[in-house]
Amino acid sequence: MSRLPAPDQLELRARYPHVFDRPVSARLATPVMIVLAFGIFSFGLVDLDFSPTRLLSGLDQLGWITLMMLPPDPGSSLPLYLKALGETLSIALLGTTLAAVFALPISLLAARNIVRSNFLRFPVRRVLDSIRGVDTLIWALVWINVVGLGPFAGVLAIAVSDFGAFGKLFSEAIEAADQKQVEGIRASGGNALHEIRFGLMPQVLPVIAGQVLYFIESNTRSATIIGIVGAGGIGLQLAEQIRVLEWQKVSFLILMILVAVAAIDWISGKLRFAIIGQRAVT
Amino acid sequence: MTSAVSVLQSQQLAALNATYRKAVARKRLRFTLSAAVFFAALVIAGIGAEVNLRTFFTRFYSFVSYFDRILSLENGARVWTDFAEWFWGLRKWLRLLGETILISYVGTAIGVVFAFATNFFAAENTSPASWLRFVVRRLLEFARTVPGIVFALIFVIAFGLGPMAGVLAIAIHSTGALGKQFSEIVENVDMKPVEGVRSTGASWLSCMRFAVLPQVIAGYASYALLRFEINVREASVMGFVGAGGIGQELIVAIRKFYYSDVSAILVMIVVTVFCIDIGTGWIRGRMFGKETRT
Repeated sequence: MSRLPAPDQLELRARYPHVFDRPVSARLATPVMIVLAFGIFSFGLVDLDFSPTRLLSGLDQLGWITLMMLPPDPGSSLPLYLKALGETLSIALLGTTLAAVFALPISLLAARNIVRSNFLRFPVRRVLDSIRGVDTLIWALVWINVVGLGPFAGVLAIAVSDFGAFGKLFSEAIEAADQKQVEGIRASGGNALHEIRFGLMPQVLPVIAGQVLYFIESNTRSATIIGIVGAGGIGLQLAEQIRVLEWQKVSFLILMILVAVAAIDWISGKLRFAIIGQRAVT
Repeated sequence: MTSAVSVLQSQQLAALNATYRKAVARKRLRFTLSAAVFFAALVIAGIGAEVNLRTFFTRFYSFVSYFDRILSLENGARVWTDFAEWFWGLRKWLRLLGETILISYVGTAIGVVFAFATNFFAAENTSPASWLRFVVRRLLEFARTVPGIVFALIFVIAFGLGPMAGVLAIAIHSTGALGKQFSEIVENVDMKPVEGVRSTGASWLSCMRFAVLPQVIAGYASYALLRFEINVREASVMGFVGAGGIGQELIVAIRKFYYSDVSAILVMIVVTVFCIDIGTGWIRGRMFGKETRT
């Protein structure tokens, strides 16, 4: 058996200084980061008045609440809850569709390969970012001031906050599109509108459809909560029943939400595969 | 100019054309049908959501004028003419904003710990038993599907008003979301190192520690930072139900029509979210190089 030559430590050190003699800053970075992260964490616990006694008594309460939730029971208000669930699903569908319809033209303005000038693109992007920075619940409160309490305010809230998200996602999809087909249309004498309609849209639409379906799914979740501030749907019932401590109804409502979300997940998963084929959805 | 395009015989061409038209017609029919179904669903949804276009159009001006009002001070001047008056409660709001960030930080940290502890059981390739995987997955699903603010509503009753309820609500939701993402990373690891470690007679724990963890830790950190970003947004509304943070102040301002306060707080929230986005993006870039920033 042949032996490997014994490594010459000095030579190795000289050849790979970045492995043997890492600068102090690199060696200290990880422990310092861990200590810092832990320090902020403990400061947070103190500052947000966590205390073991509060935690224990709260857990005790939570245990009681869970016991009282069993078995889930809608009482006599099942029709009311089903109507509220329908409202929630309607809010999600309408809100997402509205957002997609309005975001498509705006996303063209935010895409690098359509609008060349940074100067024009920058404000559009910042406006979209600001819209996304504000939570759906806040938009719901604003719309309640405008169209009054009820599910319509919820539709508009979801539409506005998704508009920001779609604008960004669509413009990224457009930027990722293949330019060769656009050039082909231009070579055959098409104008800018033709380029977008026949060069870009066939590539972009399946991606967009997948994203819209995904958002309908995630908006079913958002639509369940905007009722908490009074914008319709099942969240309104849920918040009310929690306030009056009707735990059996609460657990029934949560169960309804879980089932509805699972059903929508399943349907939109099927539709997504039907639209974009077997490619993975990103 | 001579052309090299060969023209097919007419009956051959007719047959091809007919097949082509049939194929296109079938596609068109399918498209029209699905569009009709979608449109019908929209109409039903419109009735269900009590869409009232007349109120919308008659009141739309008040949406525009709402922004006009929140951008005016009480004496009618524009807000940016007098910053001291606009941000009169700056000190209080900054404290609450700090609390909001702290809530999301502590919540994310707890979520990361629990997600880390459970994700190896939820991943297909590392779970020691299939019943365990099933149970852990359903638990994570539950934690992620119930919206954070619903947990907050219940926790406010159990733990009392205050940021603690918000932290725990965010922690549970983060556990669910991160647990799924972490386990997906684990499912994508290269199994050869695991086999190598196992062949030396190592226990399951050592396999995870020395073969899986080094491959996944960067992905974990990246997802945790992303979750922190999302949680800052979430924590900004936790105050709506009394679970601490700036939301409390915001909902009071909106409900009591303190217009300039609304815009001041909104501006502060948006700026904070921007800064956190940029900050975490920078950290991710430093930690893992540019290409992982998605």
